[in-house]
Amino acid sequence: MKRVELSHGGGGVESQQLIQNLFYRAFGNEILLKAEDAAVLAIEGQVAFTTDSFTVSPLFFQGGNIGKLAVAGTVNDLAMMGAKPLYLSCAFMIEEGFLWSELETIVFSMAAELKKCGTKVVCGDTKVVPKGAVDQLFINTSGIGQIIAPLHAFPSGQGLKKDDAIIVSGDIGRHGAVILAARESLNLQSDLQSDCEVLWPAIQALFNAGVDCHALRDATRGGLSALLNEWASSSQVCIEIDEDNIPIDDAVQGLCELLGFDALDFANEGTFVLSVSAKQADLALQTLQQFTFCQNATVIGRVSDFQAGLVILQSPWGSQRVLEWPKGELLPRIC
Amino acid sequence: MSLRLKDLYQGFRDPQTIQALAKQIHSTAQKLREPLAIMEVCGGHTHTIMKYGLSQVLPSNIDFIHGPGCPVCIMPKERIDQAITLAQMDNSILLTLGDMIRVPGSKSSLAKERAKGFDIRALYSPLDALKIAQENPDKNVIFFAIGFETTTPMTAAILEQSLALGLQNLFFHINHVLVSPAVHAIMQDDSCKITALIGPSHVSVISGAKIYQPLAEEFQVPIVVSGFEPVDVMQSILLIVKQVVADQHRVEIQYSRAVTVEGNHKAQQLIERYLELRDHFRWRGLGDIPLSGLQLKPQFSALDAEKVFAEYLSDEPIDDHKRCICGDILRGHAKPKACNLFGKGCDPTRPLGSCMVSSEGACHAYYKYAQVILPRDITVQKSQPS
Repeated sequence: MKRVELSHGGGGVESQQLIQNLFYRAFGNEILLKAEDAAVLAIEGQVAFTTDSFTVSPLFFQGGNIGKLAVAGTVNDLAMMGAKPLYLSCAFMIEEGFLWSELETIVFSMAAELKKCGTKVVCGDTKVVPKGAVDQLFINTSGIGQIIAPLHAFPSGQGLKKDDAIIVSGDIGRHGAVILAARESLNLQSDLQSDCEVLWPAIQALFNAGVDCHALRDATRGGLSALLNEWASSSQVCIEIDEDNIPIDDAVQGLCELLGFDALDFANEGTFVLSVSAKQADLALQTLQQFTFCQNATVIGRVSDFQAGLVILQSPWGSQRVLEWPKGELLPRIC
Repeated sequence: MSLRLKDLYQGFRDPQTIQALAKQIHSTAQKLREPLAIMEVCGGHTHTIMKYGLSQVLPSNIDFIHGPGCPVCIMPKERIDQAITLAQMDNSILLTLGDMIRVPGSKSSLAKERAKGFDIRALYSPLDALKIAQENPDKNVIFFAIGFETTTPMTAAILEQSLALGLQNLFFHINHVLVSPAVHAIMQDDSCKITALIGPSHVSVISGAKIYQPLAEEFQVPIVVSGFEPVDVMQSILLIVKQVVADQHRVEIQYSRAVTVEGNHKAQQLIERYLELRDHFRWRGLGDIPLSGLQLKPQFSALDAEKVFAEYLSDEPIDDHKRCICGDILRGHAKPKACNLFGKGCDPTRPLGSCMVSSEGACHAYYKYAQVILPRDITVQKSQPS
């Protein structure tokens, strides 16, 4: 079985083989193929720029792999700023001995995601490090996007307004649950798929439909809990959530029941939240629900001035509690 | 049709049932002559009461006192220090469960030591200890066993399998404790304010509800063994209120789908085979309580980390801050805000006492909710006792 060797990162003939036989084949475009020291880009107007590094164990999970994640993560960060994702850089840190076939699968799944949003990888880097120096494979992607959100309607964590509707784009916690269940030590089996997805098409549709997103963010690490707390704090508003309305898949909830976790703390990789004026809520929902990955989009709460800076969960029997920031690593309850 | 996990809990979270129970509790509680101070012994019930906001739908003459039933909160610092020492030894792998990893001892926590590079693992399934010991024959694998009667049979089961496999490198540091002696220690204080008890769920599955009978008789309090879901807890409160109104003090089992009077005989036998009562165990917040913990029987001392590595381990008690009033809070004498250290030097990131340690502790819960004026728009209005 062919494996990645230290020589593939040495800058010589073997490096050229890796670049040409794999990266150019998957990502090839006129800017990348110029093979200069830096990509030269022409972009009009304001741009958004972001970076993220990706490490996940296991590398392959139900519904995706580290490559899909590395594209979706950065593209989604741009999309959440109302920016059309145009260009990505892509750096691989590969542990010596990594299977060539697996690298190929990962790189081609990145290419497939890029296609969904018309984004190009225009520069990159490869390091091969000795065994043990990294855990199999780390990927870093940076992205540049062209802001298409109208200036008066720039989504921001500080943009929440009283009486806004809080909408979640789908059921929460699937990525976190899939990764947890896939860990060798848990030995759980389920058909659950990660929500990992490139979200730009849905975001573009929202802007095209004239939805004025006061705030827009994907609920990645820290899940819905962290996102809502960030917003309540930055906008100094109260977010009141009807607990019963939060969509959670039975399998995700089941895993939480078994181990004592809360799905609101689980990471998502293709689920986002938006805050829009109450009168635009229906338009936003109709727009989102055209996309398969947003079929479960729903209103989960509203913005109020009850207790600024706090997220309050309303139970269906009339009690309330504060939704806290997730803290520490997720550890199962003991008994 | 196959059984879905959902089917097992959905009915126990039904809003209408919860509201109906709240209504019944309100009307029955009007007959209470004095306010009820219910101790929910187990941290799991504290969690349910907090998570589902149950105290908000109850009348104001019912108050909760959060009990000592959180195995992480009651662990004295010297034993956490022992775990750290064991983890720091050459060639050792220290295994433990969940939250234990972040609780600070006198100077550090297991999580901090793990970050320094020591091999410390939080297990999902305690049985993984066997696999880890088999995969690391040249290492001393030490299981820092914690928990009440609930998790004790699992430790005994690991020990049994370890003996069957002939493992030479799996050691046990036993910190298993018992519910009844701790509750007894709290209740026997003359100034104890507790008037009823919610008995633990999973402890009772193992031990049976019979272990509470002496407590109910000696202290003349109703004890209801409750499940962990909100409907369970609400129904248990109703049963308690009814008993108090009728001037009764019986042990009742609300959690009858899992708990019997006698408990799980097999599990009890398994425990008896390998473990025996310890002369005393020092509880964080409560102090030394005789016969309140377990240890390995002498014939298994070759596997007992406390014996095998005795020369490295200090038994010297390390008390909490002298101004800490966790003991009073556990007895229902004081609310967390009465403590001078509360929020001033003692908070969830730097807990000085047991009640601030885990999210199930009373101080921790108060700290989080202190700034919040709740409830609002409560469907069932609080009623004053008539």
